[in-house]
Amino acid sequence: MASKRSVIPFGPQHPVLPEPIHIDLITEDEKVVEAVPSIGFVHRGLEHLVTKKDFGEMVYVAERICGICSFGHGYGYVNAVEHIMGIEPTQRAKYIRTLLFELSRMHSHILWLGLMADAFGFESLFMETWKHRERVLDMLEWATGGRVIFSIMRLGGLRKDVPDEILKSFLPELDKIEEGIRACEKAFLSDPAVLSRLKGVGYLSKEDAISLGCEGPFLRASGVARDNRMRGYAAYKDVDFDIITSDDGDSYGRCYVRIQEIYQSASIIRQCIEKIPDEGIYVPIKGFPNGEYMTVIEQPRGGACYYVHASGKKFIERMRVRTPTFANIPALAKTLQGCDVADVPILVVTIDPCISCTER
Amino acid sequence: MSFVNFTKTELKNLFKKPATEKYPEGPATYKETTRGHIVNNMDTCVLCSVCQMRCPTRAITVDRKAQTWTIRPFSCIQCRRCVDNCPKKSLSMAKEYTEPDVTRTEKVFALSDRQKAALAEQARRAAERAAAAMEAKKKEMAEGKKDETKKDETKKDETKKEDGASDQTS
Ligand code: SF4
Ligand code: SF4
Repeated sequence: MASKRSVIPFGPQHPVLPEPIHIDLITEDEKVVEAVPSIGFVHRGLEHLVTKKDFGEMVYVAERICGICSFGHGYGYVNAVEHIMGIEPTQRAKYIRTLLFELSRMHSHILWLGLMADAFGFESLFMETWKHRERVLDMLEWATGGRVIFSIMRLGGLRKDVPDEILKSFLPELDKIEEGIRACEKAFLSDPAVLSRLKGVGYLSKEDAISLGCEGPFLRASGVARDNRMRGYAAYKDVDFDIITSDDGDSYGRCYVRIQEIYQSASIIRQCIEKIPDEGIYVPIKGFPNGEYMTVIEQPRGGACYYVHASGKKFIERMRVRTPTFANIPALAKTLQGCDVADVPILVVTIDPCISCTER
Repeated sequence: MSFVNFTKTELKNLFKKPATEKYPEGPATYKETTRGHIVNNMDTCVLCSVCQMRCPTRAITVDRKAQTWTIRPFSCIQCRRCVDNCPKKSLSMAKEYTEPDVTRTEKVFALSDRQKAALAEQARRAAERAAAAMEAKKKEMAEGKKDETKKDETKKDETKKEDGASDQTS
């Protein structure tokens, strides 16, 4: 006898995720047979503000698209406008941008590990990871003065230099963070109880990951080596790093990729501190932007596209942002098919959803 | 055994002092670089309104008539743009966060008496200079010469500084 289908609504408010995403789970007994996601609960119209704030002030708005990848959003907008205006920032500015970008990535990935631990119910692991995240936030605060929104980005460079003493003081901090994450890594990647919640849960094949247009660690966990940092924006062309992938394609693989990326970010930061040249951080800008540009950068959650269209006026005409979460939602719906209802929160967390930046 | 791995960390944590601060029982600690809130030194402010124009959230209002400088702390996003653009270096960023409140308060700073006197003195001297220039010009006119070049220099120099700071957008 065929089992009866029923619909279980997940969200918009759900304890596992503080952000509003709604998914209709069509279930047969305890199995999800289909998932229908819907978004649109926190649209704030930030893109439209570009016509109300002048192009310099818009940097502050762009940073506020998201609280976790705030630096990346500021960078994406600035990068597009700098290309339109033909400005080349100094090497030091590029290195500091790279360094702050990687600190944000560490912050985001460690935060994600905590949320993941929370999703599978390991509260002490959640608190332990967030303890290490606090160190990253402290470093960001030392460098920029802000913990969440940094307000250090500016067209033509940076608004404030980060002195070498502060940069040097990051080295021992990075060691401590790495040591702490290594202790947590054992719990995430080899604890039998944790493995039972991760291994084989939410499998996504390489082909599906490509055809559904996934981004970031979610894509790399399915064995696709694609990382926009390899395009060499900011100072990424001057530092050494590899693309981290995993062939598992399941929640375990996503955990593995993100943990390894934390170590990789630490290594990139060390290289930046070692190689950073001593020079100015700001190139003056003249006139108004005129033209259009589209840029793709690698946010902690994956590739984010920024499109800017300006027409030589104080106000830019159009700005458009495509965030990685938006690209990952179709694949999320795919991975949810056939999973247990109890695994749904874990799978939603594995794409590292950021709904506020998806809807802006 | 993989089981024991995290147990070790947990046991260690049990005997360490807490990683969190006991706020509000103890005072909150801030970094030297923390952007907390804006303070204005009313001994040096000249009410030139540059900060008002540069503030992206329009949190600052300068009232020249009443000689006050007002900030709405709940609109301020602590971006530090006003501090960077103040020609008199009158503004600074204090590291403590804005204190909580139940209404959207405004903080009004009145010019200090000393600065009021200094500005009045400045205005008086500027007026004197203008009057003197006027006098000289009248004389010149009377003498039949038409040389108007010197007059403009006595105008306030603050407005020029505003223009100078305008390339510092963002
Ligand atoms: S810019 Fe400085 S001097 Fe001018 S009004 Fe503001 S605080 Fe006063
Ligand atoms: S810090 Fe920024 S938002 Fe606050 S008053 Fe100054 S310019 Fe305005």
